[in-house]
Amino acid sequence: MGPNPTVQTQDGFEARSLACRRAGRLVFEGLDFSLAPGQLLVLTGANGSGKSSLLRLAAGLLSPAGGALLRAGVDLAKDRDSHLADLHFVGHKNALKPTLSAAANLEFWARFLGDAGNVEQGLDAMGLGGLADLPAGELSAGQQRRLGLARLFLRPATLWLLDEPTVGLDQASRTRLADAMRRHLECGGMILAATHEDLGLSGGVLELERFAPRTALEEWL
Amino acid sequence: MRSILALLGRDVGLSWAAGGSTRLALAFFALTVTLFPFGVGPGAATLAKVAPGVVWVAALLASMLSLDRMFETDFEDGSLDLLAIGPLPLPLLVLVKTVAHWVSTALPLLVLAPVLAITLQLESTAYPALLASLVIGTPALSFIGAIGAALTTGLRRAGVLLSLIVLPLYVPVLIFATGAVDAARNGFDTAPHLMFLGAVTLVAVVVGCWAAAAALRLHLE
Amino acid sequence: MHKFANPTRFLKLAAAVFPWAAGLTIALFAAGLVMALVFSPDDYQQGSTVRIMYLHVPAAWMALFTYTVLAASGAASLIWKHPLADVAGKAAAPIGAMFTALALVTGMLWGEPMWGTWWVWDARLTSVLVLFFLYLGYMAVWDAIDNRATAGKAAAILAVVGFINVPIIKFSVDWWNTLHQPASVFRMDGPTIDASMLWPLGLMFGAFNAYFVTVLIWRIRAELQARRVRALEDLLVRQTERESAV
Repeated sequence: MGPNPTVQTQDGFEARSLACRRAGRLVFEGLDFSLAPGQLLVLTGANGSGKSSLLRLAAGLLSPAGGALLRAGVDLAKDRDSHLADLHFVGHKNALKPTLSAAANLEFWARFLGDAGNVEQGLDAMGLGGLADLPAGELSAGQQRRLGLARLFLRPATLWLLDEPTVGLDQASRTRLADAMRRHLECGGMILAATHEDLGLSGGVLELERFAPRTALEEWL
Repeated sequence: MRSILALLGRDVGLSWAAGGSTRLALAFFALTVTLFPFGVGPGAATLAKVAPGVVWVAALLASMLSLDRMFETDFEDGSLDLLAIGPLPLPLLVLVKTVAHWVSTALPLLVLAPVLAITLQLESTAYPALLASLVIGTPALSFIGAIGAALTTGLRRAGVLLSLIVLPLYVPVLIFATGAVDAARNGFDTAPHLMFLGAVTLVAVVVGCWAAAAALRLHLE
Repeated sequence: MHKFANPTRFLKLAAAVFPWAAGLTIALFAAGLVMALVFSPDDYQQGSTVRIMYLHVPAAWMALFTYTVLAASGAASLIWKHPLADVAGKAAAPIGAMFTALALVTGMLWGEPMWGTWWVWDARLTSVLVLFFLYLGYMAVWDAIDNRATAGKAAAILAVVGFINVPIIKFSVDWWNTLHQPASVFRMDGPTIDASMLWPLGLMFGAFNAYFVTVLIWRIRAELQARRVRALEDLLVRQTERESAV
């Protein structure tokens, strides 16, 4: 149903003894993972264990407090731009303007990312074709989530970073999302997803609580 | 370039649409100016004397009132994350969003200002100077404002804090702008005033883009 | 761990300097005030009112100096990302605001007998008033942001931006003042200062500087200790959580 993203690179994404600090406090430290093309890694852990923080680090929104993230073997601190050009980040907010129509919302992101023309595909991929002209503010929570996820199909990108992608989705939409993710993986894509729910896909699991900080009195300044 | 136009179009469009800040800024501007004859009396000589200051202070406040939405709405709905990791470097992003703020709030004021100046009995010789000062000076308001808007993004009580940050920095703009209009009223040369005003605007553009980008980076962390 | 070492080293140094700075403050204030209020002569024009200058001039100067300290610590915080720079800025701001308020109040007290009014939109008074608002904005940013790392960086950005603006504001206010008062504006500092006035003024300058250093050290120490307490509390909470989990 959805489009097949064409994958540009065949290289992996990995973390080496990564540490993260938010609001002056260590969230996790010594975190390692490696993700090869075609692989899914599911992040699990209690609230506050740093799932969203890890995704924001991977998206380049945060800088590591220690360690490094490597894309195709290159440290993100050295080359952030080519990494950013080849990823999609879907946070827990949907980045929608309530007064704009569903199609106009997607169209903006398509044009901003520099690849106009895939709006229809995006809407169809998440089964939103019939709702294109409705203002995003009038859509239900689940429909808004689908519209947020539809950004994944606006342009091809190897790495998908998904924060609780299934929240608010009905069964049909979950299946649709799982299918799209499976196709993405089959084409050599990579997915890093934080979720509490079973995505219906096979992949590795990263338990974030294993990397909770052990330091006694860390930097108190 | 495509990204810049997309962002500019979206921001200006949202401001002009119902519920946006353009109409509010215009109404506020007109109302504030209208209050002054009630306060200082309807005498033509008094009104003409205070007209440059009144029009400028009202324009300044109208521009300031819409600042709090400059980054705040994008921050709240998650768009700011995606804009920050998009193809535009952060200072350029700030530049585009600030130009959008100027187009959607200051540009309409330019049209309304001469009409309001008529009601304040401003001498006809002062109109070119009034318009020139608004054209040259209002961008400085938007760019200085961007610093305040970025610093207060995501805070409670952002509005009051924003005005406390921004108003002292507006002092030079107000002085040179009203100085030019006053000079024209009294038959003096307006060029020195306008040149200093232009210099203030240039400094505001450079410092504004840098400082607002640095402040936004803080709030993305 | 370098961040742990630095404040410790600072605290050691501060503990050594503090009694000297405090003693110097008391001695200089005592000497300066006696010289200024008792031994210095009256001005032939201003009479005894001139004695207000011994407070006003150092206060106005310290107001600017402290803002420079804010901007310098702001720049240090942004460039070297050292949290001690943030702490220094946070500690210095209320002292600077106090100097600025003192300069304004003494300026008004001086203006009443000299100008016959408490307030004149004189270029200096107006610039100092704007500077006072800049201080208020800086302190408000610290108050408004809960996360102190973010608050420190935000305040640092504002201090640097404000510092770039101070000369522009000063210039524009001077410009505005000459436009609206083109005739002879009375200058507070005459072209020459008599040597009998120079001594008390010098002593008062020294006293204000020593006072600044003393209070700054005091406030930085208080802030560091508050942060240490909070870190220890956090640690305690974490340990109890871990034990209850086991």
